[in-house]
Amino acid sequence: MSWIDIGHIDDVPLRGARLVKTPVGCIAVFRTAEAEVFAAANSCPHKGGPLSEGIVHGRHVTCPLHNWVFSLETGAAQGADEGQIATYPIRLEEGRLLLDAVAVGKRSAA
Amino acid sequence: MAQKLIVIGAGMASGRMLEHLFERHTDWDVTLFNAEPRGNYNRLMLSPVLSGEKTYEEIVTHDAAWYEGHGVTCRFGEKVAGIDRAAKTVTSETGEVLAYDKLVIATGSNPFIIPLPGHDLEGVIAYRDLEDTNRMIALGEQKGARAVVIGGGLLGLEAAAGLHARGVDVTVVHLMGHLMERQLDEAAGYLLRKELVGRGIKVLCATNSKEILGENGHVTGLALDNGTVLPCDLLVMAVGIRPNVALAQQAGLAVGRGVHVDDQMITSDADILALGECVEHGGALFGLVAPLYDQAKVAAATLSGEEAAFVPRNVSTKLKVTGCDLFSAGDFAEGEDREDIVFRDPARGVYKRLVLQDNRLIGAVMYGDTADGNWFFGLMKEGECIEEMRDTLIFGPAFQGGAAADPLAAVAALADDAEICGCNGICKGTIVKAVQDGAHTLGDVKAITKASNSCGTCTGLVEQVMAVTLGDDFVLPGAQGICGCTDLSHEDVRRLIKSQELKSQPAVWQELGWSTPNGCHVCRPAVNYYLLADWPLDYHDDLQSRFVNERNHANIQKDGTYSVMPRMWGGITTPDELRAIADAADKYKVPTVKVTGGQRIDLLGVRKEDLPAIWYDLNQAGMVSGHAYSKGLRTVKTCVGTDHCRFGTQDSTGLGIKLEKKLWGSWTPHKVKLGVSGCPRNCAEATCKDVGIICVDSGYQVSVAGAAGMEVKETERLVDVPTEAEAIEWTTAFVQLYREQARYLDRPYKWVAKVGLDWVKEVLAEPAERAALNERFEISQSVYRKDPWADHAEHRADLYQPLADITLEAAE
Ligand code: SRM
Ligand SMILES: Cc1cc2nc3c(=O)[nH]c(=O)nc-3n(C[C@H](O)[C@H](O)[C@H](O)COP(=O)(O)OP(=O)(O)OC[C@H]3O[C@@H](n4cnc5c(N)ncnc54)[C@H](O)[C@@H]3O)c2cc1C
Ligand code: SF4
Ligand code: FES
Repeated sequence: MSWIDIGHIDDVPLRGARLVKTPVGCIAVFRTAEAEVFAAANSCPHKGGPLSEGIVHGRHVTCPLHNWVFSLETGAAQGADEGQIATYPIRLEEGRLLLDAVAVGKRSAA
Repeated sequence: MAQKLIVIGAGMASGRMLEHLFERHTDWDVTLFNAEPRGNYNRLMLSPVLSGEKTYEEIVTHDAAWYEGHGVTCRFGEKVAGIDRAAKTVTSETGEVLAYDKLVIATGSNPFIIPLPGHDLEGVIAYRDLEDTNRMIALGEQKGARAVVIGGGLLGLEAAAGLHARGVDVTVVHLMGHLMERQLDEAAGYLLRKELVGRGIKVLCATNSKEILGENGHVTGLALDNGTVLPCDLLVMAVGIRPNVALAQQAGLAVGRGVHVDDQMITSDADILALGECVEHGGALFGLVAPLYDQAKVAAATLSGEEAAFVPRNVSTKLKVTGCDLFSAGDFAEGEDREDIVFRDPARGVYKRLVLQDNRLIGAVMYGDTADGNWFFGLMKEGECIEEMRDTLIFGPAFQGGAAADPLAAVAALADDAEICGCNGICKGTIVKAVQDGAHTLGDVKAITKASNSCGTCTGLVEQVMAVTLGDDFVLPGAQGICGCTDLSHEDVRRLIKSQELKSQPAVWQELGWSTPNGCHVCRPAVNYYLLADWPLDYHDDLQSRFVNERNHANIQKDGTYSVMPRMWGGITTPDELRAIADAADKYKVPTVKVTGGQRIDLLGVRKEDLPAIWYDLNQAGMVSGHAYSKGLRTVKTCVGTDHCRFGTQDSTGLGIKLEKKLWGSWTPHKVKLGVSGCPRNCAEATCKDVGIICVDSGYQVSVAGAAGMEVKETERLVDVPTEAEAIEWTTAFVQLYREQARYLDRPYKWVAKVGLDWVKEVLAEPAERAALNERFEISQSVYRKDPWADHAEHRADLYQPLADITLEAAE
């Protein structure tokens, strides 16, 4: 795999998210703990709510528009709602955030 | 003939290696260099030496007799200055050259010193060796001595606890949000901090150091980023370590962050081994002693010509501060499909969290009761499948079908003098006594103690105190928890935040036994509000616990854009303001400009990226946020009043503006809207607002608890007052009482319906009470009467932009 450096973990608020524009669309990078991050599609399958603006709790995010809750690990909607968001491999290395280039639609540089 | 082995560094790792080597009866002629003027001692135990629980003599691991018995030539207090690999010699700092057959580098690591201005002053030390320890011990002998420790990790806290035990006044300054963030999660970090603070150690988290201050070359204090100065006589930096690789580097060995070694602990030179904190193996560095002991075993085997391979393993951490029982092991940071099991016992100050993945335990954090730590650690190392015992795992190996967490524990933990009923000042002890004396129903308790006899918001708590006191004899009425994270109701949580003086979210989660690590989207905004309303000076508003509109200070639209609405005080504007709004609408291509039902102008459809800039422009024109998005003061609608209207009795516009300027920026349980009309014709629709004031000849009719949303409700009269100042005083007192008492998301009309307007009137009729409410409101406003737009445009503008844009390069 080849990894793209997209920023430092401190640029993402604890229990918050930031947006990354990629060839496969907007991806939200969530910080669930001091040193824990997840990457997933930003757009809610319900009506397109921006998930990066949701409240992050445990390893979940709640959509800001109508409160669907998604697991950041599996991307699955929780509870009675049915839906799925794409999740993307992301690594944390010495504070740097690395997204998997291929998964986000970039041919590897090599 | 004996082979010559030279060992550089007499530390934890090399000491253990020599033991293993000598067990084998191989014939080595060992020379041991150490920069410290002494032989091997147990570095870990410096902390008990510092705190006075042990003496240096007790922690020496190898004494003169041992070295002599094994024929080790000791060159303590003498550094190795260079290695000549071609000649296979080392040169000591005295210039002497010694030949080796095999060389072992075990130089440990150097403490990292942040290059702050003043870091080289006398009295700025690290915490690594006996010299540092003795410096700290000596400080304790000085009367009234003060120390600052930078770094709230393992070492920093052991230094701080030790200094404190020696009578030194200590402050810990930590950059991150909670202590030991590498090993602990927030809940455990909170408990640890509480313990240390309880002892009298000051702890500042999320705090940045700026400069070390000095006089005549000696440290005198630490200046923080926020301008505070912490005076001190000694400053201990415990912010991390760097492998000590200088010698290896000079000798031309392969060095990354540490000296590169293979699984046999051999460096890039076949005759040179390295071990301990100075090495890098498979990309990893080491800072705890357990893996170093494994390395020592392997190095001894390699030297003896045996096969052995070093395999890195999980490490666990404990803090060697008596009374702070914590345990942490494994990984919280990575891996997918994980699950948390959380157990909290607020009464005993216990917190446990296990992290599972694929039915295996991969991480554990514990505070307060760490007895099962090693058992969990064992499960983790073995990678044992825990599916069978998943439900009871957290109770540990001794679990015999024991009881689940007690939802009443938070109440049981309350001290007797904890206030349960705020209105009547009734403490837990009074209720317990009444119950013990025979009051077995809520009615009895109310009658005897007056608890929950007024506004009634503490009823749930009173019932819980009864349940705790009566045990099985009392059946709790169906409790209405805030959400799945807690069984406690909003009212209970509010009351407990006050009576237990809980001042942070982790404090609430822990002390009130939350069942999730950090709440959910339902309870977090409520708890955040309760904390900032009750402790305005201690608690920092948490934007991540706010709904998007309040976090971004703008209303999100269905297409993800935002609306921007500046304040128009009392509905009054000027041609300049209107021009600035028009300019902003042009500049940021605002698709819709609308006059709202709240007497101001809304710019709808602004892109998130543009928010800081449009706010900045509006700020420049003197306008601030209209809080059209907040559970806080929205608008104060006014009519033209005496200035122009032939019927106006008082200056309704002026009063509206005064009220808005006083109340703006304050957060409330739900939104608050005011109206002031100049006469009973009521053109400002004051009688359907949260607070509505009608001006009459004789003064001001203040009425409250109206609504015109999903329910339409006419306001009810609170009071008639003759002067404008009194109208403002009563209004403020009402709003503050609402802020302190109501549950989150109840508009005033809902809250008043619950507690009764009579009760509200009774409280506010007391002049002293009104004054106190006004005073508390002003204290809160000293923090919150500020324009969030200006703040965000200046300090948080970056967060409104994407973190990265990697679309462009892709197109190339
Ligand atoms: C902009 C405005 C409509 C307008 O164009 O006039 C408006 C717009 C919204 N109102 Fe309103 N309300 C507006 C005046 C009103 C009024 C009239 C008033 O204030 O005089 C009412 C009835 C009076 C009242 O509040 O009792 C009103 C009762 C509501 C309610 C029902 C509240 C209730 O307790 O029943 C909601 C829903 C809520 O808050 O939960 C609501 C919620 C909303 C939200 C915030 C819906 C949302 O959550 O996204 C709308 C945001 C639109 C947007 O995208 O920006 N809006 N809303 C008005 C802004 C006034 C201002 O200057 O700040
Ligand atoms: C106060 C304190 C508490 C700790 N508590 C714990 C704990 O609870 N649990 C845990 O697992 N770990 C703990 N540690 C960490 C642990 O002590 C280290 O991981 C361990 O000591 C590292 O061993 P080492 O042999 O690599 O290095 P060291 O023990 O540091 O030994 C290296 C030696 O090499 C010498 N040296 C360096 N350069 C030269 C040179 N050029 N010539 C000659 N000699 C040289 C140094 O003087 C030093 O004596 C603690 C550390 C400290 C300071
Ligand atoms: S009335 Fe309904 S649609 Fe209109 S602004 Fe208010 S909330 Fe939105
Ligand atoms: S758009 Fe996400 S819940 Fe409706």
